[in-house]
Amino acid sequence: MRKKTIYECKALYRDVFRVTGYEFGEGEKSVCVVGSIRGNEIQQLYTCSQFVKRLKQMEAEGKIKEGHQILVVPSVNPYSMNIKKRFWPTDNTDINRMFPGYDLGETTQRIAAGVFDVIKDYKYGMQFASFYMPGKFTPHVRMMKAGYEDVEMAKEFGMPYVVLRNTRPYDTTTLNYNWQIWETKAFSIYTTSTAEIDKESAGMAIRSILTFLSKEGIVDYRGHDGYISQVVEDTQMAAVRTKTAGLFESLVKVGEEVEAGQILALVTDPYEGEVLEELRAPVDGIVFFAHNDPLTYASTAVFKLVVREGKGLL
Amino acid sequence: MIETVATVGLPVDETLTIRKNRLQPQENILTGEKKRISIVTGIHGDELEGQYVCFEVARRIREHRELLTGTVDIYPAMNPLGIDSITRGIPAFDLDMNRLFPGNREGDMTEYVAAKIIEDIEGSDVCIDIHASNIFLTEIPQIRINELHKEKLIPLAMQTNVDFIWVHGASTVLESTLAHSLNSRDVPTLVVEMGVGMRITRSYCEQLIDGIFHLMAQMGIWKGETKEPRRPIISQNPDDVSYLNATTAGVFIPHVKHWEMLKQGDLIGWIIDPLGGEVLDEILSPVNGILFTIREYPVVDAGSLVGRLLREETLKEGK
Repeated sequence: MRKKTIYECKALYRDVFRVTGYEFGEGEKSVCVVGSIRGNEIQQLYTCSQFVKRLKQMEAEGKIKEGHQILVVPSVNPYSMNIKKRFWPTDNTDINRMFPGYDLGETTQRIAAGVFDVIKDYKYGMQFASFYMPGKFTPHVRMMKAGYEDVEMAKEFGMPYVVLRNTRPYDTTTLNYNWQIWETKAFSIYTTSTAEIDKESAGMAIRSILTFLSKEGIVDYRGHDGYISQVVEDTQMAAVRTKTAGLFESLVKVGEEVEAGQILALVTDPYEGEVLEELRAPVDGIVFFAHNDPLTYASTAVFKLVVREGKGLL
Repeated sequence: MIETVATVGLPVDETLTIRKNRLQPQENILTGEKKRISIVTGIHGDELEGQYVCFEVARRIREHRELLTGTVDIYPAMNPLGIDSITRGIPAFDLDMNRLFPGNREGDMTEYVAAKIIEDIEGSDVCIDIHASNIFLTEIPQIRINELHKEKLIPLAMQTNVDFIWVHGASTVLESTLAHSLNSRDVPTLVVEMGVGMRITRSYCEQLIDGIFHLMAQMGIWKGETKEPRRPIISQNPDDVSYLNATTAGVFIPHVKHWEMLKQGDLIGWIIDPLGGEVLDEILSPVNGILFTIREYPVVDAGSLVGRLLREETLKEGK
């Protein structure tokens, strides 16, 4: 293992801003794994740290195959993590909206450019991503339909789902999109949580990546084969939306099977405790995303369900 | 008349409401088909220059309602939670509201609000979206135009009494702005940038207000006297603009004034280290030109923008 600084810049009074990478093995640039890019992505940091620990063992045991180099970057944004801000401390810009970056541009453009310059030539790129809404996910590999996606390859992770979604204008500035443009096979890996640690899904993500790397001949790993991934289009999921705002009490967990008509959550009056709304499943399905904030706004998609084919009402 | 554009319930005893003020002619004035202008601001909660513009436009119209011959819709707060909490984005979501358009009626709260706003503004003959840079940079009153829409927008922008019209290249990211969404729906929309975040620069506001009334007169919405607008400099070539970025972290101390003509090599400012008492870098003008953007917020990182210059050649061509 080689620990190295892949990007740094000085601040006025704070310690030097450093992005640290861990290299394993030697040879062609095979895999790059990126953890947190935003300051609240603690689970993404944790998952990377466990992956570094695991690769260290595997390297010692000679299980990283010859001719392959793996790079892990646990955090692209330690500055924001240390002061509990989601985006860049001074101008609140999101580094994951700055790729491929610009080395003569503004600060976060320079960080994106400096990091991307190091990570862009890898054959496979994996990012532990997070969602902007508060909630938990069933672990999955997410791909945007940018024209370069390889769904069959995504199934090699053996995660429960491979989710496909349409691109949006902002996607062109994300790491995942730019990796694809630079001909890296890129995958966004979602574990269950963001701001809190979920060991179970972090473990699943690590096993999934190792399963993938083993199938691609990069590591020697005989673990669990995982799931036969179900491919789901984001737009085909059934969203359950609030009509009212108030206290939010979820009655189900992510990954749980639910039946059409089942009550999934209650929205209650924050002063008087009366139930304002019962949120029911519109279809038979599996809870893919569940809001986990104790408050909810109105007009908010608080659940997303994977429809169980043949049984749904929709 | 104050009208509601969108409402969303918030969890604890509060409703988010986006409002507009619709000003229309007195009933006894006979006009043909009435034109409509929408004046929009407050998408970014820390940009306040437009607040004074909205106030003063409404005040002048109320004072002389008999001169109004069309519809003026004033939307002072697209992001009311942001303005009232000194937050640039949409609080809680930390989302840039100007990356959400055209929104989605079936989407989450932020997308729903964006969709309702577009729906409400659609049908306007012109929209002016007033921004105020950010807390870091001061801007001379200017209109920024996506090159995709320049044929339609430059003639309108010429009426608004700004100093500068900046035609910039198209970018996929900007497709999610309010202006792009409206321009794509045949509502010519001008994006004004002026002043600085968290402050109101009355002289710039008055300048733009005079321009808005002139444009309204040209459109047949206002029949009062208006001032002839100043002739703006127009830049359509990316090479016209020279960017000055800090080379190191420190505190920026300017040595020049905003909108000052500079010669190549003139000292624009220092980046200093207060701890060591050193000047870390001297920022010099790379070209002959005029400084149309200057840094307001002193603390810089390496890469922070400290200014933008418009090259001398552009000024000559512009005039």
